This record gives sequence, structure tokens and C-alpha cells, in this order.
Amino acid sequence: MYTFSSKLKTLSLALMIIGLLGVGYGFLSAPASVDEVKVLLQESHNAHGEVVAAADHGTAESGDAAQSEDAHAEHVYHLLKNKPWSALYVALFFFFMISLGTLAFYAIQHVSQAGWSVVLFRVMEGITAYLPVGGVLLFVFFVLSATQNHLFTWMDPEVVANDVLIQNKAGYLNVPFFLGRAAIYILGWVLYRNYARKMTLAQDASTDLSNYRKLFKSSAAFLVFFLVTESMMSWDWIMSLDPHWFSTLFGWYVFSSLIVSAITTIALVSIYLKGKGYLEFVNNSHLHDLAKFMFGFSIFWAYLWFSQFMLIWYANIPEEVTYFVTRFNDYKVPFLGMVVLNFVFPLLILMNSDFKRVPWFIVTAGIIVLIGHYIDIFVMIMPATVGDQWFFGISEISSVLLVLGIFIYVVFNAMTKAPLLAKGSPFIKESEHFHY
Amino acid sequence: MSNKVVQAMYNDDDILMDAVKEVRAANYHIEEVYTPFPVHGLDKAMGLKGTRIAITAFMYGCVGLVFSVWMMNYMMIEQWPQDIGGKPSFAFVQNMPAFVPIMFEMTVFFAAHLMVITFYMRSRLWPFKEAENPDPRTTDDMFVMEVIVDGNEAELIAFLEKTGTVEIKVTEKH
Repeated sequence: MYTFSSKLKTLSLALMIIGLLGVGYGFLSAPASVDEVKVLLQESHNAHGEVVAAADHGTAESGDAAQSEDAHAEHVYHLLKNKPWSALYVALFFFFMISLGTLAFYAIQHVSQAGWSVVLFRVMEGITAYLPVGGVLLFVFFVLSATQNHLFTWMDPEVVANDVLIQNKAGYLNVPFFLGRAAIYILGWVLYRNYARKMTLAQDASTDLSNYRKLFKSSAAFLVFFLVTESMMSWDWIMSLDPHWFSTLFGWYVFSSLIVSAITTIALVSIYLKGKGYLEFVNNSHLHDLAKFMFGFSIFWAYLWFSQFMLIWYANIPEEVTYFVTRFNDYKVPFLGMVVLNFVFPLLILMNSDFKRVPWFIVTAGIIVLIGHYIDIFVMIMPATVGDQWFFGISEISSVLLVLGIFIYVVFNAMTKAPLLAKGSPFIKESEHFHY
Repeated sequence: MSNKVVQAMYNDDDILMDAVKEVRAANYHIEEVYTPFPVHGLDKAMGLKGTRIAITAFMYGCVGLVFSVWMMNYMMIEQWPQDIGGKPSFAFVQNMPAFVPIMFEMTVFFAAHLMVITFYMRSRLWPFKEAENPDPRTTDDMFVMEVIVDGNEAELIAFLEKTGTVEIKVTEKH
């Protein structure tokens, strides 16, 4: 049995407190009114010495200039108001997606009747324990989005009234249906997670394979449900932030990010636990396989990233290409930098077979991959909500710390609840003797 | 120099594996093992060094990538620029996304083909080469282990007979 060390518990609580303070500061320091933004803009103009030029323009068309300046200030005001919300949303989604991806990977192991991964089941179940917590947090966030913030512009009746394109989509993009769908996705996922957990625990104590068969069938059913809902989830929760834009492989693209982050997290948690002396039955062939998946899915991610980009770049249809124009203009460093972190780096460092069996190599690559995929989610969400007003500030960092604290606490706490070896699985011997 | 070898035949891969381990433990030198199918773990039991073909594959892939960059630049930018879908054809960088699939394919093509050719050269295989296989039964259900005779032939044969062999032959290796 695993015991949640007091050191790690303190760390997770400290992360939560620091994160909470930072998130609170982020919300309080967001500008409270348009006038405040005007002052801010004026200060930055002064700092850049552009005030003279502005004054020259002012003489000719002072009326127009003042009006557009007001509109600009109001626009920036909304973007800055969105910033702490978006930062929190990126962090909430990122850790939720790790947990969800782990659940999908876990179900795939059951359905494919994989032998090698059985010794890692309890680690995966620990990570998926975050799913109910993260689901509730996200759902609360969506309810707040409908009332408190403007992340999803289509939720604002004023915006919809002036936008024919959104009006045409109103049958799908409306608040009650959106929240209803979110509830169905989250409930379905959590339901399977709790059922699977119950079945593997029951299998440990049982003498026949009836629980195992139920687990197999429910996993297959879950995967069908997951493939549909994951795609719809990505349209609802991310793509609808840009309600005019659409991409038909967006669901897959989000999935690739989700599965690679999940497998990386499984590897990192396993290495941590093994380092503490808990997973003596996990050998370096198991780690090798996880690292192979990290390597493979990193390339898969790059393939989908590029496929989405190239088709839109080639067709060059204005309503599609704006998505990438925004990213190239305002987000060049994170947008292109993440390709290096998520593709080039894992490709080179994890290509060698021997490196994939060395824990500190996997940890290094894993941390880079997780940072890269955080940036990936950041670049999916931020351009639509905060536009060119983005920067990595206190809001972003403390949101990550807050959710990371909750994640660590929930995951490692869940791991203390059951033995770390799913000894009832019919494949347990094969998994223990697994070697390459 | 004597090229004399003892060929010990086995009819089961598990017995063969045990025999290989025993022979190695007794410090005899195994020249070669012929099997009708790949036996998992045999390379490690024989103490063969890991293959270095992966390194050559990486280098060939790099060559393919560089070649495709040069090729696309020569074809589509320098030699005969074409206006395809209004895409800029005057600079490699601006047109690069369209070339990525070709760059990828060339990388794979070079890595795969040159790796196969390397493998053939390294294993001294070529079309119409006569088989080195000492006994046709190794393509069916027999496993043959060749051990070099170094001095005491009788002692080696006596040792091999205890390893579960079904037939022993002493022959000259060319």
C-alpha cells in the first residue's frame, strides 16, 4: 500500500494556497473600468513616445480618432477582463485532459487485452481519480462563463443579435444545450471511471473472471462513447471560442495532445513512485513502452498539427485562415516554439532505443512535452479570448500552480486507497515478466 | 588453419536455447546458429552485439531530408517556378509547407531503402547467392548450432551430446 508522504501533501497544499492567492490577485488586478484601460494605454503610448504622432493626427480628424480610441480602449478592457479567466481555463482544461487521456489509454489497455500494462493500472486509476474533481471544477467554470465572463462570445445575446453566422449556429451553440452536453460528457466519463475502478478492485478479490469480462465490455462501450464525446467536447469547449471558425480534424488534434500528455504523466508518476520504492514490479521495459508511446504520439501530434495547418494555408479561405493569421501575428513565439518542444525535441531525444529506458531521460523529455502541450492549449484558447493582450504573468503561473496542487493531492490520495498491483487481472503474470 | 566445425542439430527451440547457454558457459566458441524461424532472445544468449542499423537509418533519413530540400528548391523555386493556387513560388521558405509531405516521404524512402541495402551488404547477401545453410532441414524443423573445433574434438562432441542434440556432424567450413 502506498502512503501519501507528508512532504508531498505539504507541497500540494502549498501549491494550492500560492495558486489561489495568485489567481485572486489576477482577478483583482484586472482593470475595473474602461477609463482605467485608457490611462494604461496612454501610459504605454507615452512610454513609446507615440503621443506626438497621435496629437498630429488629432487636429485633422479629432472626432473620428477619439471615437476609435474609445472603441479600442473598450476592446482592450474586455480582453484584459478575460485574461485571469482564460488563464484559469487553460490550467483547468490542461489537467482535466491529462486525466481524461489517461482514462482513454486505460480503456484501450482493457479492450486490447494488453498484457504489458497491467502493472501500471493502479497508477492510471490514480490519475483518473482527478476526473470527477476536474469535471466539477470545469462545469462550475462553464456556469460562471454564462454569467460572469465573456470567454464564449456566442453566450452574449448582444453579440449574437449582431452576428448572422452565430445566429445560424444558435440551435447548437446556446447556453442550456452547451451545459447539458458538458454534463453528459463529464457524467459519462466519470461513470465509466468509477465502474472500472470498482470492477478491478472486485477482480482482485474474486476467484473467477466475471468482473474482468464486465470490465472488458464496459471499456469497449466507453471507447465508443469517448470517441464521439471527445470530439464534441473539443468543438464545444475550445473551437466555439472562435465561433466563426471551424476545422474538421479539430477533435483529433485535441485528442493527440490529450493522449500524449496523459501517457507522459503516467510515465512521470510511475518513475516517481518507483523512485520511492513502491513499484518494484515495474521494470525498465514498461518504461520503455511508455516512452515509445510518448515518442509515437508526439509525432502523431505533429502530423495532425501540420495537417490542419497545411490544408488551411493552401486553401487560403479568409474565414479559415484568420485563425492562423492571428497566431502568426500575435503568438509567433509560443505557436512555433511549441512545435519545437512537442515534436523536434521528443523526436531527437527519444529516438534512441537505449535512451527510452533511462528514467531521467524520460523525465526530462516528459517535462518538456508537458510544458509544450500546456502551451498548445494556451495557443488554442488565448487568441480567441485575450487576443494580443497575452503574456505569461501571475494569473497564468498561479492558475497552473493551483490546479497542479489539486491534481497532485487528488491523484496521490487516491493511490493510497488500494494496493498498487492489480493482482486479480488474468494478465498479471505476463505483465510482471514483461521484457523486451 | 583448421576450419573444422561441429554441427549439432536440435529439434526444439527451447532445448536449443539451453544448449547455447551451456556451450557459452563452457567457453566454446559458437560460430553460427541456423534456425527455421527467429528465436526470441537467441541473439542475447549467443552474446551477439546489438545491431547498429538504427544509427545508419537515422543518418540515411537525414540524407533523404537534405536531398528533398535541395530537390524541391531546385525544381520548384530555381528551375521552373510555377504558380500553383496563387502560392508564392519565389522563395523556399514561403512555399515550404507545400514541400513538407515530400520532405517526409523522401526521408522515409531514403532511410528504408538504404537500410535494406546496408543490411544486404553487411550480411553478404545478393540476388542468386548460394545459400550458406549447412543442412536443408533448418528451413523446416531443425535447428543447427555450429561450434568451432579448437583442439580437442572428442571432448567437444562428448559435451555437445549431453545438451540434448539429436544428431552431430563434424565438417570442414569453407
